[in-house]
Amino acid sequence: MANVVGSSVCRTAVDEGKPADWVPGGEKQTVVDPMKMFHELPREKQFITGSEAARESMRRANIDIAIAYPITPQSESMQQAGYLYDEGYIKEYYRAEEEIGTFSAISGASRAGVRSLTATSGPGLMRGLEAVSSWPGARTPIIMLNMCRVINTPLAIQPDNIEMSFLLNTGILMLHAENQQDFYDYPLAAIMASEQVDVTLPAVVSTDGFFVTHARGPVSITPEEYKLPPRDGWRSAVPAMDNENPPARLSRDAPIQKSNFISYHMHSSWQQEVFAAVERSAKYFRAYLGGLVEVVNPGAEDFIIASGCAVSQAREAVRQEGEKGRTVGLVKIKTIRPFPTEEIFEAVKGAKRILVPEFNQAGWLHKEVCSVLYGRTTGVIKNGPRVYGGMTMPTEMILEWLADFRKEVK
Amino acid sequence: MSLETLRPSPAFKDVLPVEYKDLVDHGPYNNRNGKDSQSVKVTDMGKFKEVIEEHPMCAGCAMTLFIRLVYIGMPNPEHSIVVGTAGCGRLAISQASVPFVYGNYGDTNAVASGLKRGLEVRFPNQKKDVVVMAGDGGLIDIGFQGLMHSWFRHEKFTTIMLDNEVYGNTGGQESGMTNQGKVLKMAPRGKFGEKIDAMGLAKVAGVDYIARLAPTNPARVARTVRRAIMVAREVGSSFIQAYTSCNIEYSIPTPDVMKDAFEIEKERYGFEEIISPAAKEYLDDVEKKAKKKKSDK
Repeated sequence: MANVVGSSVCRTAVDEGKPADWVPGGEKQTVVDPMKMFHELPREKQFITGSEAARESMRRANIDIAIAYPITPQSESMQQAGYLYDEGYIKEYYRAEEEIGTFSAISGASRAGVRSLTATSGPGLMRGLEAVSSWPGARTPIIMLNMCRVINTPLAIQPDNIEMSFLLNTGILMLHAENQQDFYDYPLAAIMASEQVDVTLPAVVSTDGFFVTHARGPVSITPEEYKLPPRDGWRSAVPAMDNENPPARLSRDAPIQKSNFISYHMHSSWQQEVFAAVERSAKYFRAYLGGLVEVVNPGAEDFIIASGCAVSQAREAVRQEGEKGRTVGLVKIKTIRPFPTEEIFEAVKGAKRILVPEFNQAGWLHKEVCSVLYGRTTGVIKNGPRVYGGMTMPTEMILEWLADFRKEVK
Repeated sequence: MSLETLRPSPAFKDVLPVEYKDLVDHGPYNNRNGKDSQSVKVTDMGKFKEVIEEHPMCAGCAMTLFIRLVYIGMPNPEHSIVVGTAGCGRLAISQASVPFVYGNYGDTNAVASGLKRGLEVRFPNQKKDVVVMAGDGGLIDIGFQGLMHSWFRHEKFTTIMLDNEVYGNTGGQESGMTNQGKVLKMAPRGKFGEKIDAMGLAKVAGVDYIARLAPTNPARVARTVRRAIMVAREVGSSFIQAYTSCNIEYSIPTPDVMKDAFEIEKERYGFEEIISPAAKEYLDDVEKKAKKKKSDK
């Protein structure tokens, strides 16, 4: 009997408790061009949780291998991956020992040239950060779903996206999903961008835990009979670790740590290339997501720049201000890396007042925004509002900050 | 690399790297041709192109000899990938004509788990041998969790511990595999605990093929490596614990390195194999077949 999956324990359908004529779900799907999937296929609206949206995204993503460790609130998503494995939409799957093991194993899987998925959350991300920060330099396309959660002591399991700041300078592609819909769309786009030859980088799609993962929202999804094209292990900026590539003496992961000027040059040029590849990914995200940003009310004097859940709260603030006859602009940042420097500048170059609401104490997005607008615009950028430690951000808070801001900056 | 997937046109053979041509024409890449096992022999060392030839290891290092023998023992080097980590060994391993994954310290067995499973998904019709070759510290201290869990999951790759009983690359600190009482850096009053019983742990975890040896008998090293890799290919996890002394940190005079290996072998590092019934059945089968082929000739 044929091996149903390429599993390292060589399981057959019968070994796995399936009937002998079982056909894995993935084999019943048809490969479709990514642009067609993202923009043309008909969509059906469902009312599902963020984790369920992630499951439907994974079902269509042609994943070869998924490895994760359970951690609140991500566990539900990786359980969902387990169900997909059982249904035959994911070819290989296991629960790893912990996050260093998880993120190391998934980098091994990606080195084999197969599409590799993992998921995590705040403290788990912190535990495995050494492995995660080594992914870009190893040029391993990996998709990681990250459900943000408080990382600080005292221990809490509430949403707070400070963990994203630890990824900003790693060379990883970073997307920030606003809602369940984004958590369905972004992973598919991120996979396709990360596997482009001129990118070949891992991608993390973060969303704010619980608000998105555990709450239901409307999600328009494409028919499940269509899936993305598979990862082509031969198309890559660096060869896969499959021993299929000449020349003979090839050590892709050669240690470059002997102290001499050649090794410094090698390492610095390698780093430059990783960060250049991040920038090169922008063109793919523009095509797949219809832009790195979404701009509401261009030309407004008051602007809100936000990512993730803060966008939804800002949208409501914009709507309520509109009812009162005041136009407030909104820039939703979809990709944190590559950072949409020019798009943000174009959107807010005429603005007088800019608010940056965030779900973390450090204000990492505020710092990012300041760094790209410094010296280029005359608008005042307000340092907030922010909530953290699991707090929600009432729309009233944004409105109060706006009112005060208008008094402060005429 | 695969001789099946890479079949250069004879007209282009000239422009292939010399390394590759030599490995195919005069080395272990091609001598498998139509045979179950490779035919480069340890006794012919020096007469054929080796997978590893140049290295920056210390003069007289026993680990280097052992690593050379590992590559000679590989049943199918053109379809093998080695996973390693920081430590002395990788200085030589990274110079080999077999791809080397150089990961973070202590991540070897997790990386190998993902790599092996990924390769099985991608190449369902071509066995790829994954071999972890790392030091005692990398495996039994910082890599302990990944090591044990890969064994408990019965991941199908080979783990080879280069046991020099010290952190040699960082300058001589004691490791979990150092003997009790030994005075080394970070053990100024002598190592506190006993040398960790790695073989016992492997046994508890259900590793299918476990071997301990010193590089005193080159042909035995090659045979043991071959057995471990064959078991990992078809049955389950395999583990080799090899005494590869550090002549620098243990102050062994260079001409006496092999003398030390023989002495330690006699004293406490004797050759031992622990083979599960399933692995034994499999090995008996392949080794009988190989013998029969020989006698048929």
